[in-house]
Amino acid sequence: MFDIQEKLKEIGPYIEEADDDLLVCRCEEVTKGEIRRALHQGIFTIEEMRRYLRSGMGLCQGQTCGKLVKGIIAKELHVSPVDVYPASSRAPMRPTEMRILAEDGGVCHE
Amino acid sequence: MNNTADVIIIGGGVNGCAAAYYLAKRGVRDVIVLEAAKSIGHGGSSRNGGGVRQSGRDVRELPYAMYGIQYMWPTLSEELGVDVEYTQKGNLRMGKTEEHIKKLQTLASNARAVGLDVKMIDKKEVKEICPYLSDEVIGASWCPTDGHANPLTTTLGYYKRALELGVRFFTEASVKELKKVKGKIRKVILADGTVFEGETVILAAGYESRAIARTVGIDIPMMRLIDEALVTEMQPPMTDVMFGCATADFYGHQTVHGSFVFGSDSGWEPTDEMIDPSNNCVDPSKLITNAFTLSASCRAIQDYIPALTDAKIVRSWCGWLDESFDGVPFLGPVDEVPGLILACGFTGHGFGTAPSVGLMLSQMVVGEPTVVDISALSYNRFLPVR
Ligand SMILES: Cc1cc2nc3c(=O)[nH]c(=O)nc-3n(C[C@H](O)[C@H](O)[C@H](O)COP(=O)(O)OP(=O)(O)OC[C@H]3O[C@@H](n4cnc5c(N)ncnc54)[C@H](O)[C@@H]3O)c2cc1C
Repeated sequence: MFDIQEKLKEIGPYIEEADDDLLVCRCEEVTKGEIRRALHQGIFTIEEMRRYLRSGMGLCQGQTCGKLVKGIIAKELHVSPVDVYPASSRAPMRPTEMRILAEDGGVCHE
Repeated sequence: MNNTADVIIIGGGVNGCAAAYYLAKRGVRDVIVLEAAKSIGHGGSSRNGGGVRQSGRDVRELPYAMYGIQYMWPTLSEELGVDVEYTQKGNLRMGKTEEHIKKLQTLASNARAVGLDVKMIDKKEVKEICPYLSDEVIGASWCPTDGHANPLTTTLGYYKRALELGVRFFTEASVKELKKVKGKIRKVILADGTVFEGETVILAAGYESRAIARTVGIDIPMMRLIDEALVTEMQPPMTDVMFGCATADFYGHQTVHGSFVFGSDSGWEPTDEMIDPSNNCVDPSKLITNAFTLSASCRAIQDYIPALTDAKIVRSWCGWLDESFDGVPFLGPVDEVPGLILACGFTGHGFGTAPSVGLMLSQMVVGEPTVVDISALSYNRFLPVR
C-alpha cells in the first residue's frame, strides 16, 4: 500500500533547478522541469508520467529517454532507480506502416 | 495512519477520480481513494479511445451523456488545470453498403426520438466533412454535438485536482472484502488485511466490482471483455471528427498531438477464463494484445481511410471492458447495504460520461437528487417483477 499524500509531504514542494530547461524526451519535447513539477503534483510512476506529459510516448517509445526519466523520478522521490517500475513494451517493436501490419494472410477486401 | 474517512472510493479510474474531485469540490474532503494498481488510471480509463459521444447510447444513459456534453466537458480543462483536449466536432458513423445505411438510419431515428440531433448524410457531404475517406463510403450518420477528449490527461487531471483539494489516494491497495456493521456498510478490507472504515463506500473498480460486491451478498451481472487500440505516428492535421462505422469494425480520431488513435477488436480476443483472473488487472503483463487484432484493425482502418495506409503504427495495447448484461452501467445506492453506492458496468463507453457520473455520485453521497434521473440504472433492475 502506497500513501500518495504522505509521499507528497515527504518530498516537499517543487523547487526550481538550474537545468530544468534540459530537454529529456526529444521526441515529445519534454523537459526535466516539467517532469519534476509533475512529480510534485502526484504523478509518481513512469506509466502515469507517460500519460500525463507524453514523455517516452513518441517515435522511439522511450528508448532514448527511458533511463533519464527513471533517474529523475528516483531522485525526486528519494528511492533507488531499481525501485521505479518500468513502462511496458508494446507491439510493434518498431514503428510499422499500417499496410504492412495489415498483411497477416487475412484478406483486405471482401 | 488514519484509516477512516467520510467516503471511501474503491477504484482509481476516471469515474473514481471524478467522484473524488466533485466531492472535494463541494466540501466533502474527508475522502479516501483505494487503487489496486501502482498507477492511477491503470484500467480502461487510460486505455480507451477517447470518444465523448451521445449517439448510439441507450435511452437510459442519454440524459447524463448529454448533460456532461452541454454543461461539463466544455470547461473541464479550465476547471482541472490540465488540458483534457475536449474537441466537439461531431461523430461520423460511416456505411459502405445499403445494409449499413439501413442500420445507421435506424440508429439515427432512435436518437432523434429522444431529442438528439443525428441526421443521415450522403457521400458528398461525408467528403466535405473529411476528404480523406474512401470512395466506398456511400453515406453516414452525423451527430454534430459528439466529440472526443484525451482520457489520459482527463483521468490524471481529476486525480491531480482531487489531491490538491486534500483527497487521500492509496495505490497498491487491492480491496478484497466489504463488511457491514449494524446493518450498514462500514469496513473496506484490503488483500493484505489493512482495514479502512467509511460512512459511504463508492464501488468503482470496473469488472472487479462484481467480486467485491459479492462479499456483502450483492451480485452485479456483468462480465469482462478485451478491447484493443493502436496509435499512429504524428500526422499533419487532417480531421477533428470522431469516426465510427456501421459494422463497428473500428472507431477513432486524430488527437491534438497529431497521432491517430483507433480502437477495435477482431472477435478473437481471449476471454476471461483464458487468463488468470485473480490478478490480471494489476499486472500489465497479463493484459496481452492479440496477434490477430492489430492486423485486422489495420485492414479495417485503411479500407475506410486510405490516406493512412502508409502511416506508421507506434504502439498498440488493450484493456478490459466491464460489460453489463444489458449494456448500461450500474449506478446508484444498494438497498440491502445502506451506504454502498455502485458505479460500474460501463460497458465500453464510461469515459465520455465520467464528468456527469462523478458529479451524480457526489450528489448521491450527500443525499441530493441527481442532475438527471438515473433510477433505471439500479442494480436491481434484473429482479423478477412480483
Ligand atoms: C480499448 C478501449 C476503448 C474504449 N473506448 C471508449 C471510448 O471511446 N469512449 C468511452 O466513453 N469509453 C471507452 N471505453 C470504456 C472506458 O474506458 C471505461 O468505461 C471507463 O474508463 C471506465 O472507468 P472506470 O473508472 O469505471 O473503470 P476503470 O478505469 O477500469 O477503473 C477501475 C479501477 O479499479 C481498480 N481496481 C480493480 N480492482 C480493484 C480492487 N480490488 N481494489 C482496488 N482497486 C481496484 C483498477 O485497477 C482500475 O484502476 C473504452 C475501453 C477500452 C478498454
